[in-house]
Amino acid sequence: MNTETLMNTEPQYTLSVLTEDRAGLLNNITLIFSRRKINLSSLNVSSTEVPGISRFTIVAECTRDRADKVCAQIRKLVDVAGAFVYEDHEIYYQEIALYKIPTDAVLNGQNLENIVRNNGARILCVEAHHIVIEKTGHKEETHALYEILEPFGLLEFVRSGRVAVSKSLRRTEAYIKELEESNSNVLSIKNY
Amino acid sequence: MNISKLTTDPAQNASRPAERISGAEAVIRCLLREEVTTIFGYPGGAIMPVYDALHGYLDRLNHVLVCHEQGAVHAAQGYARVSNGVGVCLATSGPGATNLITGIADAMLDSTALVCITGQVGSGLLGTDAFQEIDMIGISMPVTKWNYQVTRAEEIPFALARAFYIARTGRPGPVLIDITKDAQFAEFDFAYAPCTRIRSYLPYPQLDPARVDEAAALIASAKKPMMLVGQGVILSDAQEELISFAEKSGIPMACTLLGLSAVPADHPLYVGYLGMHGNYGPNVKTNECDLLIAVGMRFDDRVTGDLSRYAKQAKVIHIEIDPAEIDKNVKADVPLISDAKAALTALSAKVHAGAYPDWLAEFHACDAIEEEKVTRKDLAPDTPLVKMAEVIHLLSEITEGSAVVVSDVGQHQMAVSRYYAFRAKRHNVTSGGLGTMGFALPAAMGASLGQSKLPSVAVIGDGGFQMTIQELGTICRYNLDVKIMVLNNSFLGMVRQWQQLFFEKRYSFTEMQNPDFGLIAQGYGIPFLRVAQRSDLAATMHDFISRKGPVLLEVVVEKEENVFPMVATGASVSEIRLE
Repeated sequence: MNTETLMNTEPQYTLSVLTEDRAGLLNNITLIFSRRKINLSSLNVSSTEVPGISRFTIVAECTRDRADKVCAQIRKLVDVAGAFVYEDHEIYYQEIALYKIPTDAVLNGQNLENIVRNNGARILCVEAHHIVIEKTGHKEETHALYEILEPFGLLEFVRSGRVAVSKSLRRTEAYIKELEESNSNVLSIKNY
Repeated sequence: MNISKLTTDPAQNASRPAERISGAEAVIRCLLREEVTTIFGYPGGAIMPVYDALHGYLDRLNHVLVCHEQGAVHAAQGYARVSNGVGVCLATSGPGATNLITGIADAMLDSTALVCITGQVGSGLLGTDAFQEIDMIGISMPVTKWNYQVTRAEEIPFALARAFYIARTGRPGPVLIDITKDAQFAEFDFAYAPCTRIRSYLPYPQLDPARVDEAAALIASAKKPMMLVGQGVILSDAQEELISFAEKSGIPMACTLLGLSAVPADHPLYVGYLGMHGNYGPNVKTNECDLLIAVGMRFDDRVTGDLSRYAKQAKVIHIEIDPAEIDKNVKADVPLISDAKAALTALSAKVHAGAYPDWLAEFHACDAIEEEKVTRKDLAPDTPLVKMAEVIHLLSEITEGSAVVVSDVGQHQMAVSRYYAFRAKRHNVTSGGLGTMGFALPAAMGASLGQSKLPSVAVIGDGGFQMTIQELGTICRYNLDVKIMVLNNSFLGMVRQWQQLFFEKRYSFTEMQNPDFGLIAQGYGIPFLRVAQRSDLAATMHDFISRKGPVLLEVVVEKEENVFPMVATGASVSEIRLE
């Protein structure tokens, strides 16, 4: 997949899924997208501030209706504690990109430092053979830097999945606590 | 996963002194603790330790040896469906395990509680393409409610306690536990505590009282309300609540395929069977009612026909335990996310006594049309050979609607759904969502063991019969009280009907060349009856039903009969065809 195909015009939604930390769950979750043939543009799994609870941050390209239905089916998984669909304006989100360019290309009079500074990036390392630049931002921003650096003869480019936190006030810890305190096996909380 | 966090409550463990036993024996002990009395299975290399342990428990656990693992899982399904318990099956790794998949998928779509235990190669061999190694967790993931691979004996009580809890609670479903051979051999200190709660899985959504009020208000203002009754009513044991709600509110009830038997067929408010080959009235009136109350059903495409033209004029109240079903196919104006029993009880208290005689009369007017155009021709035909409908109607009369009827998939299944007048809950066992040909014969074995009071009658076509015909061996071995009725039209009848209607009668591979079923029955030592003429039907049917033990009845039926009414694919329910 090259960066051009990532720059899509399909609506995209961010799903934030809180799960028990269990091997195989990634498969369980992605199956729900793949059976509907929904393409994922990014996926990130990380620990949370609550021990034993992981967060999947998934960016899917599909309609809102499908995103909601998929989210409901993910929530249904036994090891999933909660799943939420967000539009971009409901979250703070970032991705990180790394660009490896040949050192000699920079030495040929190009003003790399200006480029780095103007794009809010930073130089991660400088080696005899290559320089690695790191940039955090939205996809459009990391893509813009990609276009600038491409003429240098990019050796490698990689971009992480999206990570996001919601603008909602509910804390993950409080949410998990609410689940734990739910009366026996009755689901009594509304937005889960 | 760190199991120390997840295993049983230490306080409970302390009450029972731990015993050092093998993982294999622990499997059996867990089953006994879950009050399992009957399991279905087939031994093989990777499950041998469990079979060895089982040998010491045969006085407490009834193991039914089937002829093929698919038979085991369908039998477990039949067992679960009639008993409302959990069906259990046991198979070895590799092909033994993959042979379970069709039944597990069937149970997933039809919400049947199963615990399937499969052997697996030793944990050191995992991922090496070892003999009879297959990634059962990966394969079963899309068709199970939950699955888990056990690689250490210590995990067995935890895994099985969870398996039973997950399988039977909330919306039931199949669970698979894959146990490596070394975990079966290893010894550990056994202690068992049933699972009562999982924080990420709260299977009983709390009914929102505000929504109940909204639903009651919709009901109060409705002029033409109708109820669509699904299997959720049976699974939550809410038949009585359903009937009292219907009788108080006066709202007519129709049943889905799996909802059949939730409402006695002779109930004055019962207006028939819904869906592609359902009754005329409930299908047509779906598009004329002003309020649909769906209870424990999921608006399957075989019920709705073209969704864009389905009940658009109606408000929808959707009573459903699985939140993912709300708005999945049909938008609910008022969702009541709850167990059907709780929702119906709450709703009953809020609705006023009502009656809709004019509205009900509209259903009866439809019944009269269906009677003239379809039913009369089905039940009193002038064809030389008998029709499926006649056979089922007679079966219904002779058994007074009180047999457990296990139907396979196809035209005969639709005949059962239309003409068997079910009187009591859990008497209808069939493969609905997956439409698995070959389901009925093994499922009827399970049904006969899941309840012992009533005869289990398997109604099967000649095509489906041959898909799992080997289970005659199991029926013979255990002398199971299964009445097998094969409706033989020498065709894959439903496919042939579609070929006739939609593929210009090109009968591509639907004509059957059947064996002599009498000789097959004889080979298995099963009594055989055969009817080829209408004049013999009644006497033979009486004989068939009154026999004790297994019996196979072949009824030679009309070769090219069609099932009507019919909502063709892509058509709206109001475009239901009567001929």
